[in-house]
Amino acid sequence: MSAVLAVERLSKAFGGVQAVQGVSFALGEGELLAMIGPNGAGKTTCFNMVNGQLAPDSGSVRIGGVDTVGRPPREIWRMGVGRTFQITATFASMTVRENVQMALISHRRRLASLWTRAASLYRDEADRLLERVGIREQAERACSVLAYGDLKRVELAVALANEPRLLLMDEPTAGMAPKERITLMELVGEIVRERRIAVLYTEHDMDVVFGHADRVIVLDRGRLIASGTGDEVRDNPEVRQVYLGSRGRA
Amino acid sequence: MSSIVVQFLNGLAGASTLFLIAVGLSLIFGVTRIVNFAHGSLYMLGIYIAYSAVGAFGAAGALGFWGAILAAALAVGLFGALVEVLILRRIYQAPELFQLLATFALVLMVKDFVLWAWGPEDLLGPRAPGLDGAVAILGQRFPEYDLFMIAVGPVVLGLLWLLLNRTRWGTLVRAATQDREMVGALGVNQKWLFTGVFALGAFLAGLGGALQVPREPAQLFLDLTAIADAFVIVVVGGMGSIPGAFLAALIIGEVKAFCIGLGNVTLLGVEVSFSKLTLVIEFIVMAIVLVVRPWGLLGRPQAAQRAAPTHIEPPLRAALRGLAAGAAVLALALAALPLTGAAYTVVLMTDILIFALFAASLHFIMGPAGMVSFGHAAYFGLGAYGAGLVLLRAGAPMEVALAAGPLAAALGAAVFGWFCVRLAGVYFAMLTLAFAQIGWSVVFQWDSFTGGSNGLVGVWPAAWLSSKSAFYLFVLVLCGAGLAALRRILFSPFGYALRAGRDSPLRCDAIGIDIKRLQWAAFTLVGAFAGTAGALYAFSKGSLSPDLMAIPRSVDALVMVLLGGVQTLAGPAVGAAAFTWLQDTIARNTEYWQSLLGATILIIVLAFPQGIVGSLARLGTRAEAE
Amino acid sequence: MSAGGAVLELAGVHAYYGRAHILADVSLAVGRGEVAVLLGRNGAGKSTTLKTIIGLVPAARGEIRFDGRRIDGLPPYRIAASGLGYVPEDRRIFTDLTVAENLDVGRQAPRAGAPVWTVDKVCALFPNLKAMQNRPGGRTSGGEQQMLTIARTLMGNPSCILLDEPSEGLAPVIVDQMAAAIKELKAAGVSVLLSEQNLHFATEVADRAYIIEKGRIRFTGTIAELAANAEIRNNYLAV
Repeated sequence: MSAVLAVERLSKAFGGVQAVQGVSFALGEGELLAMIGPNGAGKTTCFNMVNGQLAPDSGSVRIGGVDTVGRPPREIWRMGVGRTFQITATFASMTVRENVQMALISHRRRLASLWTRAASLYRDEADRLLERVGIREQAERACSVLAYGDLKRVELAVALANEPRLLLMDEPTAGMAPKERITLMELVGEIVRERRIAVLYTEHDMDVVFGHADRVIVLDRGRLIASGTGDEVRDNPEVRQVYLGSRGRA
Repeated sequence: MSSIVVQFLNGLAGASTLFLIAVGLSLIFGVTRIVNFAHGSLYMLGIYIAYSAVGAFGAAGALGFWGAILAAALAVGLFGALVEVLILRRIYQAPELFQLLATFALVLMVKDFVLWAWGPEDLLGPRAPGLDGAVAILGQRFPEYDLFMIAVGPVVLGLLWLLLNRTRWGTLVRAATQDREMVGALGVNQKWLFTGVFALGAFLAGLGGALQVPREPAQLFLDLTAIADAFVIVVVGGMGSIPGAFLAALIIGEVKAFCIGLGNVTLLGVEVSFSKLTLVIEFIVMAIVLVVRPWGLLGRPQAAQRAAPTHIEPPLRAALRGLAAGAAVLALALAALPLTGAAYTVVLMTDILIFALFAASLHFIMGPAGMVSFGHAAYFGLGAYGAGLVLLRAGAPMEVALAAGPLAAALGAAVFGWFCVRLAGVYFAMLTLAFAQIGWSVVFQWDSFTGGSNGLVGVWPAAWLSSKSAFYLFVLVLCGAGLAALRRILFSPFGYALRAGRDSPLRCDAIGIDIKRLQWAAFTLVGAFAGTAGALYAFSKGSLSPDLMAIPRSVDALVMVLLGGVQTLAGPAVGAAAFTWLQDTIARNTEYWQSLLGATILIIVLAFPQGIVGSLARLGTRAEAE
Repeated sequence: MSAGGAVLELAGVHAYYGRAHILADVSLAVGRGEVAVLLGRNGAGKSTTLKTIIGLVPAARGEIRFDGRRIDGLPPYRIAASGLGYVPEDRRIFTDLTVAENLDVGRQAPRAGAPVWTVDKVCALFPNLKAMQNRPGGRTSGGEQQMLTIARTLMGNPSCILLDEPSEGLAPVIVDQMAAAIKELKAAGVSVLLSEQNLHFATEVADRAYIIEKGRIRFTGTIAELAANAEIRNNYLAV
């Protein structure tokens, strides 16, 4: 299995504090990898170095074999990387369909067009994506009036617009009701397997971690302390101590 | 050598004044998050009040003179406190644009007040008793008062440091600068903290003005030159940084002093007047700083802001058939207007059409793209001057000149816009205003080319458009086409992408949209539309003056957009019509049109935060819902 | 608990973020000198409840009483100045100010019926703070910031304090210190309403428990009752 994402010896310090230190991991096609760790473990820093929002001090991030360090997020997107955010980031003054159309327009490089009607571009394609994530019937509604769980689905449809090979999801179920969490993650799982997409996600909810990830990596104080299947990680004594144990959830 | 030393000292003296204005602006912004556009007006008030107070207290005695200076500064501080309590307190929760407009309304009202109270003449105050002589420095005479001024800057910096770092009030101010909500949740009544900071900032601006009394005459345009200077300094030094303001004031003060000192120099056979280039040099300094350190020399990166969830507009909907038919009927009716033979109405309608295009071009970047420009008249003026100068200086025919206008405006917008789009929100507004003021000064000072303050005359259209009716129809076609094009572009992928950038820059970045580049393109594009309006305006009046690109005209455009409602597409045209008609009706009957306008803005801001059409639309939806 | 014994009381409180209905009919009470805990998962409405009490989020409906007086609708500074302290989840330290200055911002005049705090006393509660008085708030560790944010609120001499997830993201040894500090506060007569996800921590310090889920209170009882009710725990808290 060739790695879609390969992270090697990634390090980053903020004002003398080593936020991430020598973290390495790899991710293959169709694989769901959860990154967990207590607050302050370096998950967000690590995540932002992968998506290009932060430049690492050292180490490399390869997507499909190409080093992405130093490239802005929008270039990394053009390499086939979709993203969803912890707090959804959608275009609130547009309809659900227009949000997806916007991503398709950008993907096809039609942004500079001054005369075509944007609302008539790639309409069917957008609707197919909305159908796939289960909100086709809400296509005409404004994003600003959508329920939070549905906004998460919009983000997923938007992230799929550039036919990504890698999906980065920051806390995909944050702010959702427990039932919605399970349905959303099941949907992600289905899509990932049918399209052979690799997924890296961070998560607080242990159900979402152990119920849906193929593999789990655990960070603590900037270091990768464990990696393996859910059961392996759950049984790792170091993990129990720093993460699950300290929150009384073992 | 000795002249260099003297120039250096001159620069230090100037820097103190600049620091006093800019530091107050910076302090007020830090705590209240309001950019006080009236800060230059407070400075101007300081100088006028000090002039009168010195006269009243007696300039001969030291006590009278210094007492007058202090009294003037205190009076301005008190005025600042009143402004904060009566106006700003009501709008801390309002959208940024409304806060900026409210303080700008004050600029207009203060200016008319000064005109009413002191008249239009320049007023030069007496010299300071005890400091009216000069000392010899390396053989050159240097005014004692300027030596005193050199000391003022560092002394005020030191006192401010003590106030902010050695008193509980100062600790609270610094805490509120970082997180005012948390300060409130710890039991501190921020209201009085805000009032205190605003009064302190106003006091410092007033002091800066009052101390200028022996150095320069009180003049009516000082408010805008001072605010432009202050904006440049806080952008260079970093918003919210007091040492940054000091450092930037030193740099700008020195740059100005050396430019004036250089005077006229012949470079490669061309005589260059450096003393008139001070603002251009300032611009270059600012440009360099912005490229190297976008947040200023000692500033910090702005935290990424998420759009406030309360002001989300509904999705764009294509016009209903009825609306399109209505527009066609309106166009026909407008085309038939000259047949009525109402000559005055034809002229007024020509103005309205031109301003509708101008306002729509501002609305395009302000509403959908979310970039509030306070210097949009720069491109209106560049269009007018571009056309006029090509006609008069190059002797080109009208048709060519008319094309040159938008081109010049687009070029100017491309240069200024390149810097402006690097900043967002209030920083963007400040920078656009500073650039417009720089453009205005260049036109105002370049007598030999632009005609300076007198402007140019003889900008008449070609023979086939010489009748008012023919020109009106010509304007109707061009402006109508311009408005239609702007509307069409809003519905295009480009227009959508701009709205996307306003709604969520984060998401744009994540789907490959280079929003800064699109914003730059939009800024340039609307520059061309504003330039078209400006060029048409020049030909409709037959003359040019620097007023065309002065700050008040930028504000006219903002008010037109605001009258119509930022979130509506037809708003700018309605707003332009209402505004132009009102101005035509009222300005003929009063000298104080500006303050009336200011009062109107204040009322709109305080009463109709959605604009007129926006408020009507909201009433409509409410009626529908019930 | 009778209503007269409650220092803080919420009755039928609703709150919204924009259009989202975050709190629905929340009623709870904190007895004088008591530690009450509001338990729930991420996003259940714990932080919003505390923010609504202190006035940072407006209560759309319902009543909030502190010391018997209505406080809903008052601005946060007046609520805080009446002796109700608030410690935010994200700590909100003034990072540019020193530790001593952070404490100074929180300082209020002593009030009757509440313990009086001084810099020395809060440093006795959190000894780590003593040595770093002149260090900028931004250059302290997560645990130190959590201590500082509590100490800063104590400087206002509150009779009741709202603690939003004080154990979140802290090393176990610091969590133990937090538990000890809350017990000391209780001993000093300060009433506490804390929000938590950590059931172990809550069980250690609290007398009374509320469980919130999707903005509604799902359980009200003593901490012992909660400990005895496995079904409730599994439905609303367990992973």
